[in-house]
Amino acid sequence: MSSSVEHLVSREYKYGFVTDIEQETAAVGLSEDTVRFISAKKEEPEWLLEWRLKAYRRWLEMTEPHWPNVNYPPIDYQGSTYYAAPKNQKPLGSLDEVDPKLLETYEKLGIPLSEQKMLAGVAVDAIFDSVSVGTTFKATLAKAGVIFCSFGEAVKEHPDLVRQYLGSVVPANDNFFAALNSAVFSDGSFVFIPKGVRCPMELSTYFRINAANSGQFERTLIIAEEGASVSYLEGCTAPKRDENQLHAAVVELVALDGASIKYSTVQNWYAGDENGVGGIYNFVTKRGKAMRDAKISWTQVETGSSITWKYPSVILQGDNAVGEFYSVAVANGRQQADTGTKMIHLGRNTRSTIISKGISAGEGQNSYRGQVKIMPGAEGARNYTQCDSMLIGNRCGAHTFPYIDVRNASSDVEHEASTSKIGEDQIFYCKQRGLNTENAISVIVNGFCKEVFRELPMEFAVEAQKLLGVSLEGSVG
Amino acid sequence: MNATATMPFADLIATTQASEMTGWLADLREAGAARFAEEGIPTSRDEEWRFTPVGPLGKMTFRAPAVSAPLDRTALSPFAFGDGWPTVVLVDGRFVPELSRLDALPDGVVVTSLAEAIAAGEPAVEAHLGRTATADQTPFTALSAATFADGLFVQVSAGVVAPTPVQLISVATDAAAEAMLAPRLVVLVGANAELSLVESYVTLTEATYFTNTVAEVHLGANARLDHTRIMRESEAAWHIGFTQVDQEQDSHYREFALAMGGRLARHNVHTRHHGERVETLLYGLYLTRGEQVADTHSAIFHDQPNCNSWEVYKGVLADDSRAVFNGKVLVDRIAQKTDAKQTNRNLLLSDTARVDAKPQLEIFADDVRCTHGATIGKLNPQQRYYLKTRGIGGKKAEQLLTWAFAAEVMAEITQPAVRVGLEALVHQRLDELTS
Repeated sequence: MSSSVEHLVSREYKYGFVTDIEQETAAVGLSEDTVRFISAKKEEPEWLLEWRLKAYRRWLEMTEPHWPNVNYPPIDYQGSTYYAAPKNQKPLGSLDEVDPKLLETYEKLGIPLSEQKMLAGVAVDAIFDSVSVGTTFKATLAKAGVIFCSFGEAVKEHPDLVRQYLGSVVPANDNFFAALNSAVFSDGSFVFIPKGVRCPMELSTYFRINAANSGQFERTLIIAEEGASVSYLEGCTAPKRDENQLHAAVVELVALDGASIKYSTVQNWYAGDENGVGGIYNFVTKRGKAMRDAKISWTQVETGSSITWKYPSVILQGDNAVGEFYSVAVANGRQQADTGTKMIHLGRNTRSTIISKGISAGEGQNSYRGQVKIMPGAEGARNYTQCDSMLIGNRCGAHTFPYIDVRNASSDVEHEASTSKIGEDQIFYCKQRGLNTENAISVIVNGFCKEVFRELPMEFAVEAQKLLGVSLEGSVG
Repeated sequence: MNATATMPFADLIATTQASEMTGWLADLREAGAARFAEEGIPTSRDEEWRFTPVGPLGKMTFRAPAVSAPLDRTALSPFAFGDGWPTVVLVDGRFVPELSRLDALPDGVVVTSLAEAIAAGEPAVEAHLGRTATADQTPFTALSAATFADGLFVQVSAGVVAPTPVQLISVATDAAAEAMLAPRLVVLVGANAELSLVESYVTLTEATYFTNTVAEVHLGANARLDHTRIMRESEAAWHIGFTQVDQEQDSHYREFALAMGGRLARHNVHTRHHGERVETLLYGLYLTRGEQVADTHSAIFHDQPNCNSWEVYKGVLADDSRAVFNGKVLVDRIAQKTDAKQTNRNLLLSDTARVDAKPQLEIFADDVRCTHGATIGKLNPQQRYYLKTRGIGGKKAEQLLTWAFAAEVMAEITQPAVRVGLEALVHQRLDELTS
């Protein structure tokens, strides 16, 4: 059986193609000039340049964090390009004007934009490297008063909103990678749902790193006003390259009173080859702030990246706010994942649920790191945490580092964790019923992850299950 | 800057070293002092000490204990268990033969003060002291190596079942004020041997002092040790304890730890498995009030296949007190068929009490069963209501439920004499906490 493990672990990265498009890039290296270059390229207002420069200066004073349970060679921040945009860009009127090669790339990724326009009611804001190249369904959304555009566009057209909320959840100096992102972020998505509006369709963005040797620093800001609700989907893939690429994104969610934001991610960046060469360093800061009666729900399926460092968090600021975190993280080959969540309970009767499923295979190292903090004012707060790990083979590792900090007696906090493996007897049982080994494993792993998958929007749930199947089929030894 | 002049505990370390002979012990002390000088007092930036505010220890000056006033045996009666159990009594860190009971030891059981065992050139001491719990484990094990004064040495020969438990009582008196007490234990249980050990840290003073203690335990193949650790230091005292247990194949280690004293009390219990089919059972209860901080760090290193571990730690917190719990279970890639379960439950009796729990699993083998659970909460209102409908209300119900919460781990004390004594003590403290 171990030969089938080798076979499947060494599977080709399906999305590892490079699109040959002329790129316009910034000079290699990082300095105040780079920050100014990016800001100028994007024709940003003065205040944003100042904000970036402030972040950059703070970043210079900070040191890279090394507490995550991951190992990687030192990153040369001066050896990367911080801006890459497809050349010959002119304002786009419709998708027809988009470079056909780009569209072809999306076809390979399985997101035919043109088709999606008619199908499923999913609006896609596709990020190709750093600049948003095509946004669909804008008209439908505009009718509902929803703003869904690239970050750059938002800066130009809705500067007040951006200025009000940018950095309000993740301050520019929050951590090393957030500061770096704040200084050099190139584009991203911006969503604004006005008061009382239920977003008429699910919003979706595909990120894709294409240019060699360039980091991707996108920034997402989602604001749901009082009583508004939105479901946002994010998918990521990256081409195959030998060197490691840094991806340091920041996502900020603001859910005002009674609002609800659901943020789903399927992350399938290139994970590096079987020797751990290449792959994406995915160092991401994601955080939401939930005001009174608001709800923020993070769902993530993390199957890619050579290193993942990511803790989508919720600050439960208002009374009765709800935070949720559902996660499936896979570490196969030489992948390392240190991921989890933070639930900071400030308001009364705030509730949070954490369901984390970690799967380790090959020589992967999977860590769950979470924090549940009940502050003194959080009367009647409630948390339930369940983190389960599954190990496939004995060269991988599963780690859990839950931090529970309770400062209020009227709260209830429960934490459970377990570790298990795919039993020979389970596989035998499935085989008896006519499933082959691969399907048996797929069934068992999908059962293990069921609680998370059912939180995903339909289109993603199907994709996630397939992705997981491909990642792990047959890898029982 | 002259490091030794500003280093915490420098005077105490220098005094110990000046009085020391040569040889392995001098080397051990020197290595400990060097290591401590290197590490210093940990800060909250150190992950292992993140929630444990030991910083003030570095700013305080502790001296050697003053001369203790003579103690009567009856003064110790509230702390001693059993009748005629072999007992080593340390008063303010110093061995007091008149209060100890070391006559008529059973065959195959050696119980002496640690200093005596060292002076007698006992080879087993040299083989284990500072080698089972090494100076590089924590800054305080290093400090202990540099400064320990006396303690307990127990050796049970292969195949011997010790007929009665062995007892260490470390008692602080007024002479301990502003002083550091550094007892150390070496406990060796031979192959197929059995021992029950009661280790007590108690006080006759309300003074501020600092106990830094290290216990080194080695269990031979198929050996059994039943260990009860009782920490009832002064509520102004600092207590840092480290227990290292090395287990050979088929051995069985069981610990019950009660922590109810100290302004800040930290206990690390670490076990290593050197053979298959080892069992480790850890139980603990911490009761805190006022501004007390009780910290438990357990670490079970599953290095071998087919070993089991089981942990249950419970805490009851009142007032502005704090508890810290960190339970590590580390499963090596060869440790297949490991079965490890860890439970930590905390009951908060006040709105200002605080718990920092960090159960931690690190697993590198696939065919294992490892679980942990942690809960933090208050008394269940439904249970209160149930009792109320039966005519039991208010304080009475609270006391009953709190006792029931603690009773689960209290039931794990295997020595009847110890259990009865501690039950009364815990009952009384819980009644105080709930009133």
